[in-house]
Amino acid sequence: MALIELDLAHAYGANPQKDEDYALLPMQLRFEDGGAYALLGPSGCGKSTMLNIISGLLAPSHGTVRFDGIDVSAQSPQQRNIAQVFQFPVIYDTMTVEQNLAFPLKNRGLSPERIRQRVGEVAEMLEISHELNRRAAGLSADQKQIISLGRGLVRPDVSAVLFDEPLTVIDPHLKWKLRRKLKQIHHELRLTLIYVTHDQIEALTFADEVVVMSRGRAVQVGRPEDLFERPAHTFVGHFIGSPGMNFLPAAVDGASLKVLDVVLTHDRDLPQGDLTLGIRPEYLEIVSPQTPESVAFEVERIQDIGTYFLVACRRGDVTVKVRMGPEKSIPTAGQTVGLRLMSDRTCFYRNEELVV
Amino acid sequence: MSGPIKPVNQKAWWLVLPVILCVAFSAIIPLMTVVNYSVQDIISPERRVFVGVEWFMEVLRDEDLHEALFRQIQYSLSVLLIEVPLGIALALCMPAHGWKSSAVLVVVALSLLIPWNVVGTIWQIFGRADIGLLGYTLERMGVEYSYTGNATHAWITVLVMDVWHWTPLVALLAFAGLRSIPDAYYQAAQIDGASRIAVFRYIQLPKLRGVLVIAVLLRFMDSFMIYTEPFVLTGGGPGNATTFLSQYLTQKAVGQFDLGPAAAFSLIYFLIILLFSFVLYNWMQSVGTADAQEKSHG
Amino acid sequence: MQLELEEIEQRVGADVHLYRQSLKLTPGVINVLLGATKAGKTSLMRIMAGLDQPSHGRVLVDGRDVTNMPVRERNVAMVYQQFINYPAMTVAENIASPLRLRGESDARIQAKVRELAERLHIEMFLERLPAELSGGQQQRVALARALAKDAPLILFDEPLVNLDYKLREELREELTLLFASSGSTVVYATTEPGEALMLGGYTAVMDTGELLQYGPAADVFHRPASLRVARAFSDPPMNLIEVTQSSEGLRFASGVTVDWELAEGLPERMLLGVRANAVALQPTQRSAALDAHVELAEISGSDSFLHVETAVGDLVAQLAGVHNVEIGSAIQVHIDLAQAYLFDSAGPLLQMPTALKGGR
Repeated sequence: MALIELDLAHAYGANPQKDEDYALLPMQLRFEDGGAYALLGPSGCGKSTMLNIISGLLAPSHGTVRFDGIDVSAQSPQQRNIAQVFQFPVIYDTMTVEQNLAFPLKNRGLSPERIRQRVGEVAEMLEISHELNRRAAGLSADQKQIISLGRGLVRPDVSAVLFDEPLTVIDPHLKWKLRRKLKQIHHELRLTLIYVTHDQIEALTFADEVVVMSRGRAVQVGRPEDLFERPAHTFVGHFIGSPGMNFLPAAVDGASLKVLDVVLTHDRDLPQGDLTLGIRPEYLEIVSPQTPESVAFEVERIQDIGTYFLVACRRGDVTVKVRMGPEKSIPTAGQTVGLRLMSDRTCFYRNEELVV
Repeated sequence: MSGPIKPVNQKAWWLVLPVILCVAFSAIIPLMTVVNYSVQDIISPERRVFVGVEWFMEVLRDEDLHEALFRQIQYSLSVLLIEVPLGIALALCMPAHGWKSSAVLVVVALSLLIPWNVVGTIWQIFGRADIGLLGYTLERMGVEYSYTGNATHAWITVLVMDVWHWTPLVALLAFAGLRSIPDAYYQAAQIDGASRIAVFRYIQLPKLRGVLVIAVLLRFMDSFMIYTEPFVLTGGGPGNATTFLSQYLTQKAVGQFDLGPAAAFSLIYFLIILLFSFVLYNWMQSVGTADAQEKSHG
Repeated sequence: MQLELEEIEQRVGADVHLYRQSLKLTPGVINVLLGATKAGKTSLMRIMAGLDQPSHGRVLVDGRDVTNMPVRERNVAMVYQQFINYPAMTVAENIASPLRLRGESDARIQAKVRELAERLHIEMFLERLPAELSGGQQQRVALARALAKDAPLILFDEPLVNLDYKLREELREELTLLFASSGSTVVYATTEPGEALMLGGYTAVMDTGELLQYGPAADVFHRPASLRVARAFSDPPMNLIEVTQSSEGLRFASGVTVDWELAEGLPERMLLGVRANAVALQPTQRSAALDAHVELAEISGSDSFLHVETAVGDLVAQLAGVHNVEIGSAIQVHIDLAQAYLFDSAGPLLQMPTALKGGR
């Protein structure tokens, strides 16, 4: 278990000049000992690069990585004592499950009794004790991923466990099982866990703190509910949430706020000029179009997503999405409805950064 | 499949016809001719007597043949035991990327490009005490070496020549096999603290299985049929120390013009190789599919 | 075109890949094949395309038997999960390839390529090679090529699975708009129940080679014919509680009894199924309360998933919004019986939730 501190930048080329040359722009991050973190972002944002730098498979071109205060930038993954679970299950085909789990300990020269005991403990925790004598090659993908995880956990002094999109090859109904297991492990063992993914559900349900990345930059770091309710950047608002945040053009002139050429009252301290209003589909309220402080939209499309409804509404060339629970009364396509845009969950952005 | 599947296109058969004719002329008809000879005694072109399995019995009783067969088996086994591990070791040392990789690949493959009788000639000259680099050096060093006079020396020379000639094939196959292993396996092994030997044993070797089957099959078949190189190098000598099966067969057929027994023996020869290859292939495939089946039902 | 699979069965040696099934696809909508890996989705698609012949049964296109017609002669477009494009051709040439095969004029081809590229937002990449593009862009090229072919049957085999989450969302939206109006029969294979619902259209639920149910997506979701369908078409998994008949209605294993109007002839022991969103922290008009112990809380922003342990087993509750419940705390959960399904232990659906009877 370790406190990991990053103060670095990384470029694959020799002489980085512009922002585009960097895979990771200069940043400082701190991963507390025993915390569960997620690195979330679209492909190409640099999250895998960051993971490889933390694990030691890649050395940062600028800056340092510290484990418990010690500079480990030049150390290999073995020396840093980390464990890594990859995108597809990596197991030793010729060995049984037990031998797979025992492998890292054997390489360290532990006694056979100690190895057997430790393997038993980890197998128990992962609920695979009954599979120990099976050949690893014959198991399903999710079981193999559990073994990969087990190989990391079997070392009692592992400093951190890193996950590189580990649920990619797993079926959706098995993902629940694995996610739950990961969370339980975190709760029991209190290891430092760092999880890389492009799936926001995985990131938000797993982590205590999420690092949202885009184009080599850590855009926002925070608790899942903070990222959801007050995204600091329009990218975070867009990327987190399915569907993402709705963005509407707004303008402030003096004391009046105008959104889509409708004047709305507000009680915020808004700066002057052009702004972007952001509101999540979950927080938009559908009311009758005559209601004061609502903006009229035309309902374009209604989708039944089983546990909720998605209503796409349009005004001019702006489309917003509203998420409604099944218990509310659902409008019909073509109907004109009013949307209440202002609430305490509404965020205002200028140049993509949160202002209010 | 139920119901007749109509041939998609009758025209396809016409395209295949030339190939059928070629194969017929170059393989099937000659094979039938051999079968024909093996059951007849050809006293003269006009007088042919059907003798049934008499030639086969004579061949199987032939002492010289047993010796040649024994020698051949020794040879093929030695070849496999040396070339397969050596080829894999060579592949492990070859660089994987960049211009160095291409350069090394070319150098390694060079010996495969040389015509086989030229290979024999190269080594024949190489080993001569008067003008050969090896022979001359050994003589100057005081080491006794004569591949024409000493049976053991002849054996070693033929073996070394084959290793020089054919190990690159195994190396190239193993090299291709190694390239197909994803990086994540090596990274995981590194994280698990595995030694270089453990990485080889638990990751590389299992993943090379498919490639090794091909390599072993090819080298076995080729070495079992070997003719040109040892013939050019030693002529089968000294005595019959390096007379392998195919040379023995040729001696009988062409030298002594005993077509009957020679034909019979050709067929037996063919069947031995076929049988061995079939058994080996099935064995290695069954081990492979056992793994694959386990995976798919998992 | 009307595509129908009649009594199709697929055996390979001793293995059955597809059990006998019949399916009549609906033109003009997206037909989703939903199932886990190895459910038989790809096998079924290959039979539809003509890449494989079934061991039994017929494939009918507009009433004509095309079972033995090879794929070259059928007019099918297929998009794979591995972004397959001709690597040596530029994007423009890739999109143009089906048009060239049809023998269209150069002018027509150029105009069509431009139009399709603009529709898929890749017009700036027309002169590039596929390898130079990102995954999402490569898949758009494959989609444009499928559109260019203008085939009456278009097959998508998990086309978005190799793309990241947001990109998947965006392309899915575009797909529904692009293909739903084209008049072709569209078939889309996926493992995600959420995707089947978001695409709308019709869904065929498959499980280990069997076709379980086919109908409008929301219908199949709300009215599963059997336990297997409910299990395959739920995300998160459906909560199942063993119940027995009692004098007032149903009794849970923990002893809790609830009023329930049972029809005649139902078995003694059954399974009560409630989806995660029917388990709440507040009682509803008709709900059963259970004491629960919180094992895990997963916050995703728009939803919170609570994993609780109760006397009747482990349950998952899906709550809207952020609910930071402490792990280990003791709470009460309420199962909304109006949204509960009754299943026979062997599978078939016995009783629908009363909440649905209003006919949604």
